[in-house]
Amino acid sequence: METGTKTNVDEITAGSGKSVSVLRFSGDISSTSRDTVLGAYGKIAKDRPVLLDFCRVDYINSSGIALVIQMMMEANKTGQEICAFGLTPHFQKVFTMVGITKYARLYPDENSAKATV
Amino acid sequence: MNEIKDSAVEVKLPSRLGFEKIAMGTAASVAKLMGFPDDRIEDLKTAVAEACINAIEHANRLDDNLSVGIVLSATDDSLEVKVIDEGEGVADRPASPDIDRKMHGEEGTRGMGMFLIEALVDEAEWVKGTKGDKSYVRLVIRLNKKGN
Repeated sequence: METGTKTNVDEITAGSGKSVSVLRFSGDISSTSRDTVLGAYGKIAKDRPVLLDFCRVDYINSSGIALVIQMMMEANKTGQEICAFGLTPHFQKVFTMVGITKYARLYPDENSAKATV
Repeated sequence: MNEIKDSAVEVKLPSRLGFEKIAMGTAASVAKLMGFPDDRIEDLKTAVAEACINAIEHANRLDDNLSVGIVLSATDDSLEVKVIDEGEGVADRPASPDIDRKMHGEEGTRGMGMFLIEALVDEAEWVKGTKGDKSYVRLVIRLNKKGN
């Protein structure tokens, strides 16, 4: 019933000239995504900003949001900048409601995220 | 309003994570037929999913032998969704999530479901089961909210 989570990491250069990791998700992000999501984040270099790409995510529930918070906690420990893009307006609202925007900026798309980090 | 008013739709799910998506889809279809705008349908989908996840995971403890019932009742101006489980009901409502406490490891990263449900629908009520009656959460969204 659940669509498995897939991840892919790209290294890009942001508008500022900085190297940036883009962690791209697809499928569902729920409690069963824990190993995939945190495992993929764990392999990313911590000396550069990371963008979380939700463009191809079909479904996120509160357990999935908890995984996003866990990535934010890890980023906070190392001072890594973390941002997200590609969320639907509904999930931008939900992420704001739970306070995620206090620690991670949200952008509508990759270009606007790349231009700012 | 169309022919769906004053009618009820019922769905029965196994207590298996992922099946909440069936309830989400059904609720979205009923809300669309009633004329709810897309943003309210998205709110409802998340609230219904979280209510079902709570029923599957916490009330029915992922026991495949127990089911989760969803009853959707449409009236002229509102849609009520009851998510019925086989557990004892919610004893205490958790405090609203505090992102600062979560970020500092002072509260768990999970535990946001009930907060989201309350925030996204017009009415939310948790009813504990009594002898012969099952526990349920009752959600209501109204068509006459400003902007609908």
